[in-house]
Amino acid sequence: MLRLDQATYDAIVAHAKQDHPDEACGIVAGAEGSDLPTRHVPMINAAGSPTFYEFDSTELLALYKEMWDRDEEPVVIYHSHTATEAYPSRTDIGLANEPGAHYVLVSTAEHGNSEGPVEFRSYRIIDGVVTEEDVSVVDVLTATELH
Amino acid sequence: MAIEVRIPTILRTYTGGEKAVDATGATLSALIDDLEANHPGIKERLLDAKEDGTSDLRRFVNVYVNDEDVRFTGGLETALSDGDQIVVLPAVAGGRA
Repeated sequence: MLRLDQATYDAIVAHAKQDHPDEACGIVAGAEGSDLPTRHVPMINAAGSPTFYEFDSTELLALYKEMWDRDEEPVVIYHSHTATEAYPSRTDIGLANEPGAHYVLVSTAEHGNSEGPVEFRSYRIIDGVVTEEDVSVVDVLTATELH
Repeated sequence: MAIEVRIPTILRTYTGGEKAVDATGATLSALIDDLEANHPGIKERLLDAKEDGTSDLRRFVNVYVNDEDVRFTGGLETALSDGDQIVVLPAVAGGRA
């Protein structure tokens, strides 16, 4: 299960709506081994595309170096689909290289940049196998929430 | 001559779980051959064989030498020196297409 605090959930949804019709992308970092997504880092979609996303390579290195310095890892890796459902595409599965991460997909297909609900789903993607998991949004994320 | 290579999580199965390993080579190409000698299988995850028999870095693998993406410094022919820092990071990418 993915546990996420309301403020981070809202920030991811806002990012996806803002970048619609292009795909939005980013991560939520957390302490290594904690499974607690605590630090939202929106990334620029270097592909600038409604059908593809890719972190800029220079920003990607800076992001990982920052996480290593802080003993963090990418707990959540998210991106949006802007015309299709929030389910990993074949491309998403083929390029999923963080077996420890929760892969979040947000679909803005229904309401675009406007107010209104989005589809927000989370998956594990390991060795090409996709497993959907529940998403639990809490007011404040604490370590005890995990148990 | 030792050059430290930072290995991403997804490739640590080839390095016995090590986050960083030492390797040698005067160019990135030679260094990858040295990595392969000690961690068999890793080369294929980094390089793509082309039709003419040569290889190139895989499109969705980023390699940085001293923080520079090697795509801008000569690719596999990038010259290396003792003490260089190399980072391998898979691209974070995907999409509907």
